[in-house]
Amino acid sequence: MKNPEEIFEILKTQFADAIIEMSTDLPTEPIISIQPEKIREIFQFLADNEELKFDSLINLSGVDDANGEKVKDENGNDVIQGGTLSVYYHFYSIELKHKITLKASTPRENPNIPSVESIYKTANWHEREVFDMYGIVFSGHPDLRRILMPEDWEAGYPLRKDYQNPEYYNGMKVPY
Amino acid sequence: MYEIFLNWFGNETLSMFLSAALPLFVAIVPFALFAVLLERKVSAHMQDRLGPMRVGFHGILQTVADILKLIQKEDIVASNNDKRWFNLAPYLVFVGSFAAFAAIPFSSKYIGTHAEVGLFYILSVSGIVVVGILMGSWSSNNKYSLLGRMRSVAQIVSYEIPTALVVLTMVMLTGTLSLDTMSQQQTAYFWNWNLFGGAGHGFVQLLLIPFMVVAFIILFISTLAEVNRTPFDIAEAESELVSGFHTEYSGMKFAMFFLAEYANMFAVSAIVAIVFLGGYQSPFGYLGNSLSIPWLIPFEQLFWFALKALFFVFVQMWLRWTLPRLRVDQLMTLCWKYLIPYAIVNLVIVGILTLF
Amino acid sequence: MKTEEMILNMGPQHPSTHGVLRLEVKLEGELVLDVKPHIGYLHRCFEKHCENLSYPQIIPYTDRLDYLASMYNNFGYVVAVEKLMGLEVPERVHYIRVIMGEFQRIASHLVALGTYGVDIGAFTPFLYCFRDREKILDLFEMTCGARLLYNYMWVGGVSHDLPPDFLRLAKDFIVYFRPKIKELNDLLSYNKIFIERTANIGILPVDTAINYGATGPILRASGIPFDVRKEEPYAVYDKIDFDIPTGHGEKGTTGDSWDRYFVRVQEMEQSLRIIEQAIDQIPDGDVHEAIPRRVKPPKGTVFSRVENPKGELGYFIISDGKDKPARVKVRPPSFLNLALMEPLCKGHLVADIITILGSLDIVLGEIDR
Repeated sequence: MKNPEEIFEILKTQFADAIIEMSTDLPTEPIISIQPEKIREIFQFLADNEELKFDSLINLSGVDDANGEKVKDENGNDVIQGGTLSVYYHFYSIELKHKITLKASTPRENPNIPSVESIYKTANWHEREVFDMYGIVFSGHPDLRRILMPEDWEAGYPLRKDYQNPEYYNGMKVPY
Repeated sequence: MYEIFLNWFGNETLSMFLSAALPLFVAIVPFALFAVLLERKVSAHMQDRLGPMRVGFHGILQTVADILKLIQKEDIVASNNDKRWFNLAPYLVFVGSFAAFAAIPFSSKYIGTHAEVGLFYILSVSGIVVVGILMGSWSSNNKYSLLGRMRSVAQIVSYEIPTALVVLTMVMLTGTLSLDTMSQQQTAYFWNWNLFGGAGHGFVQLLLIPFMVVAFIILFISTLAEVNRTPFDIAEAESELVSGFHTEYSGMKFAMFFLAEYANMFAVSAIVAIVFLGGYQSPFGYLGNSLSIPWLIPFEQLFWFALKALFFVFVQMWLRWTLPRLRVDQLMTLCWKYLIPYAIVNLVIVGILTLF
Repeated sequence: MKTEEMILNMGPQHPSTHGVLRLEVKLEGELVLDVKPHIGYLHRCFEKHCENLSYPQIIPYTDRLDYLASMYNNFGYVVAVEKLMGLEVPERVHYIRVIMGEFQRIASHLVALGTYGVDIGAFTPFLYCFRDREKILDLFEMTCGARLLYNYMWVGGVSHDLPPDFLRLAKDFIVYFRPKIKELNDLLSYNKIFIERTANIGILPVDTAINYGATGPILRASGIPFDVRKEEPYAVYDKIDFDIPTGHGEKGTTGDSWDRYFVRVQEMEQSLRIIEQAIDQIPDGDVHEAIPRRVKPPKGTVFSRVENPKGELGYFIISDGKDKPARVKVRPPSFLNLALMEPLCKGHLVADIITILGSLDIVLGEIDR
């Protein structure tokens, strides 16, 4: 059973350039930030390494960091430009009983993160949901389509902070 | 029955028609209506609740209310259906179930027809029910009905075989196909019933008893499968296929399917009662004999017949609400790998024993 | 012999998909080639609502996630918020939460077992299970006034203290319910037809289960004794003694539908043990003393999980110091359990789809949020 600092050290020695930092100022759990490009290698290492053995990805959630600047677009609505969208991964090891949180950020304009579905099958539906709600495209996902919203929803990605409801959907009035 | 009407009316065709139709309208249709209520009350009391209580005293008039409701419902025929066969199917099923009653003896004087081939006729007429089911689900143009149809046809056709084998065994034992003669043979007391070896074969009677019991069980299970009752009700499996082959029917046609099912249950129970349990004979001797009132005897026989048939109907309902449903391939396995071999072995052994 | 492939739509309205779920099934005769679940019919934008509500205002909304086990949804949420704030609650509150949670577990399992019986075709156990569930709902109504959606556990305490008769009636219920589990076993669990319908159907090996993220009774039926109440104890579960039932492949293979069903029956038995011990150990105290006036957690993130009757319910809350959260994400157990339909159903018959779906025990309210 390891604590997060030791796991951070192991990851840092293996993937020096991809691991950015570990934020420990938050009271409840330290979060390791990583670059999104090498996610697959990092996760494969997490699953296979004898000292880590993270066999269970318990959560995968998208977050809108809302750290860009607010501008007004042509309709007078607030739109956020710049900034990042992030994806948080929570891992747990059933054998060794330790856990860790990882975070990967991607720019808002063209969000793209490699999919980890081939390593953890849990990620299949989770990534579809993040795509549905935030618009982050997971490259390499076998079946990336909307899961909670109707599949032909054109009006954007609902959980972003600057999302506006459309007026009409298939002839039905949306706000009622 | 035929002779009584002939004496009253003097017209042959009218008395033939009446003697065949009277049991139906006086006894069976009311029974079917009553059975709907009986099922609901029996199931309710088994499930620790009360069932229909408001309409009439403790819900007795519930079926009247149901029939009134079904009569006034709109008869929906979808545009993709094949209208001729769609409309014809419920009537075929109804006819197939009710026509079997012409050959069943309700008492020594009360029988529809004295045809010598009673059992053979009944088995054949139940084949019309299969045609009706096929027609109904094919013309519904519905994938769910299709699945229900295929399963139920396979089931009914397969289970005809153990039924026929057991009937053949009994025919060999009693020497007649007519249900009336079979009932008359099992006279006097209950140890003359076929279940306990049949009337008057001496020592062989005792040897026959285990085989008769096996034959009885096989017949009961096969006929349960013929009428599509749980545990064999995959044709109408509510939770999987949304009512299977009668998904698309509404109103009076649906009522016909329903009533035909209950009439079928009664017919099948009646056959089991007659073949094995002595038909309309009383187990203890007749009151009419001891009180010297000869015209009381047919009514007593009617009473005993109704009691035995209703007992089996009750057992069928009991099984429905207790057991889960078998899957298609398990059902077929039961029939082909278990029931048919046992029935064949039974047939051979009984055949040998009747030589003595 | 070559037959055609048929696509059958077990549509949103169907008697035995538990809720509005659409299954697109590719069949060849009666053999299943592929099953694709389509969800989203019950999506009510819970996570978007949370960004505009204050922390205590979210609690009634969490009720409606898994509406058959509302107490536990509340439980998970308030445990997460209290962890974020570092709030200590009195002992009595912990014990009350455990008692209510375990009663809720029994009620939810009764629904699961009853409806599973109906799917297989046995109609009577359904009514027996619901009759017993009514007694539990009576207890809940006595405490907080609601039968199904309670809004009972608040940040820092509970909304109402236990009424004076509650502990006595709870003990009566335990005495009443123990023989009923035996009755259910006689009627359904050891019934030969039921065993034939469910044994060796939908076998889930352990590695697939962990990789797909299955949790709760499903994972335990595959052989691993993994229970969040023992791994990361919350409330007072570390002071209470109970076993973790796992599947052994008694009637078939380890990890088949019968095992999943039977693990739930045994869990009800264990819940009775937990409630008995909690009733004996409960201290006195004031349940309202630790409820803060304004819930304003410091900046930070928290991910905490509890053992819902259906699996592992996780709440991921990001707070940026204001009184409304910046992000609340719910990790529902049924969401990932439903994804198991695809590998489990291949190669079985149509009737088995319903069997497998019933043994996974999903609730659409928490899948769609």
